[in-house]
Amino acid sequence: MNIALRLLFALSVAVAVAACKTTEPAPDTSADDTTRRPAPVEDVVTSAAPDPRDYTDARNFDNNESLLSKRVIYFDFDKSNVKAEYRDIVAAHAAYLAAHGSARVTLEGHADERGTREYNLGLGERRGNSVTGLLSAGGGSGNQLDVVSYGEERPVCRVSNEDCWWQNRRVEIIYTAR
Amino acid sequence: MPAALACLLLAIVLWAPGAQAKLEIEIIKGHASALPIAVVPFQWRASGYPPITSVTDVVSQDLYRSGLFNPVDEADMAERPVDAEAIRFGTWRLLKTDYIVIGRVNNAPDGNGYDIVYQLFDVHTQERLLSQITSVGLGDLRFGAHRVADAIYEKLTGVPGAFSTRIAYVAATRDGERQHFELVVADADGFNPQSVVGSPEPLLSPNWSPDGERLAYVSFEKGNSAIYVQHVSTGARELIASGKGINGAPAFSPDGRYLAMALSRTDNLEIHIRDMSSGALRQLTNHWAIDTEPAWSPDGRNIYFTSDRGGKAQVYRVAAGGGTAERITLEGEYNARATVAPDGRSIAVAHGQGNEYRIGVWDLENERMRILTPGVLDESPSFAPNSSMILYATREGDRGVLSAVSADGNVRQRLILSEGDVREPAWSPVIR
Repeated sequence: MNIALRLLFALSVAVAVAACKTTEPAPDTSADDTTRRPAPVEDVVTSAAPDPRDYTDARNFDNNESLLSKRVIYFDFDKSNVKAEYRDIVAAHAAYLAAHGSARVTLEGHADERGTREYNLGLGERRGNSVTGLLSAGGGSGNQLDVVSYGEERPVCRVSNEDCWWQNRRVEIIYTAR
Repeated sequence: MPAALACLLLAIVLWAPGAQAKLEIEIIKGHASALPIAVVPFQWRASGYPPITSVTDVVSQDLYRSGLFNPVDEADMAERPVDAEAIRFGTWRLLKTDYIVIGRVNNAPDGNGYDIVYQLFDVHTQERLLSQITSVGLGDLRFGAHRVADAIYEKLTGVPGAFSTRIAYVAATRDGERQHFELVVADADGFNPQSVVGSPEPLLSPNWSPDGERLAYVSFEKGNSAIYVQHVSTGARELIASGKGINGAPAFSPDGRYLAMALSRTDNLEIHIRDMSSGALRQLTNHWAIDTEPAWSPDGRNIYFTSDRGGKAQVYRVAAGGGTAERITLEGEYNARATVAPDGRSIAVAHGQGNEYRIGVWDLENERMRILTPGVLDESPSFAPNSSMILYATREGDRGVLSAVSADGNVRQRLILSEGDVREPAWSPVIR
């Protein structure tokens, strides 16, 4: 590749990165969110708002202060263990499943684009199985849980660098019944 | 001249039935010692008008694409002999041409096609190396030209040509959030692309049956992965596997009787073998690791597959009848998606080191890895049936394109699709 082509390529990557950053929604969870718990609310005017730590309350799915609103777990490259900072999120969903026997969840496993497509299907499934294991341990039962792997086929971000890749290495917790 | 125009249009229609050429080809890295060869324009003696892209052009382009030949530019040809007696070898020696091909296209004696009549000469010894007639049906002139190139290639290199074969690949296009996937079959030079199946959900891992009539592939059209086998010409298809978990990586055995697959029906991804006539399923691997991407040895005795049982993905081999798996690739962090060379001597893999994934060829006898491509995200290697080239998927910016590299790494070419993302190439067997 000559210099002009390299520059053009670099420029196009830069533009694509910029486009990715502006168009992709901010990830709905981060290490900070899970470690900085909201302080207990001691006001008396809480009658309408659910307690964010009541993980059996379905209203918390849409409550940004509750872990139930976090439904994406991120993974390290080529790894499938659920990292410590995501365990509270998974535990919250396990508590919900334990309290609602009719609730059903599909765990969609995904991988970043590095590595082969079929291997990444396997990796996505293994990530889904990791989350399933924790959900079961936390009180969910096997018939509530289903794993589907899409491997690298459904990225949320499409640029070839770590800014994108970390967003794609994920398990999405999708409630098919609440 | 409306009649002539109509004939011309008819010729175009006959030449390219219903599909325009979508792929362009560009040689990125050529061979320093490519053989100079003059393919003199074949005289059109058949009825009707000659096709827009002549037989000669197809033959020249095939030879050029192989990287082993350097065809003389038509504009530099001072003479255009049609018969052997008309060749003045001195003229061609001045052009520094080593070989010359002459020929003509006749109507077939039964009127139902064409005869391509051609001869190949060594310019220096004036020896006639080939004198053949290739007969093809009315719509198959381009295929006939590929057969001519195959014969010339074989005569001069000692290896059968693979120009008259086909390739399958997946093309993905995106319109905002909507995606569309097509499994496409095209001639080996990218012409005549035909959609085999289209879907709004991902398609991957096409694999040819050894007779070149069917394709096995993975489709997510039902929400989860499922394996189908589809007849390329009739479009008839059969659902082979759609159980719980992954249904992936189909691979026909060399005799076509079995289909190896990666299934997670046992809650873990394992290689299974299905008997295609009885439908019986046999589990081949049994390990907590990811076992996937089976590939048969040409004799059908062994199966190479990807496993991360050692921590990272590497290629292993197990007897197709079952037994202990043995690690094969010993260099590099990550080696996956093995494809076995038709001569059985090497496997091509996606070879990962850090964030760079390249196509590597692992020599099975000498246990050495040779890296063939410069890419950063190269994957899905697929050997030509004559082992001469490896087709693979690579990236340009955020776009997927197909490239081919010669087995010695000396020649590389890129096949560019006009739009969308192209990936998952599979080179067909030789079609008789």
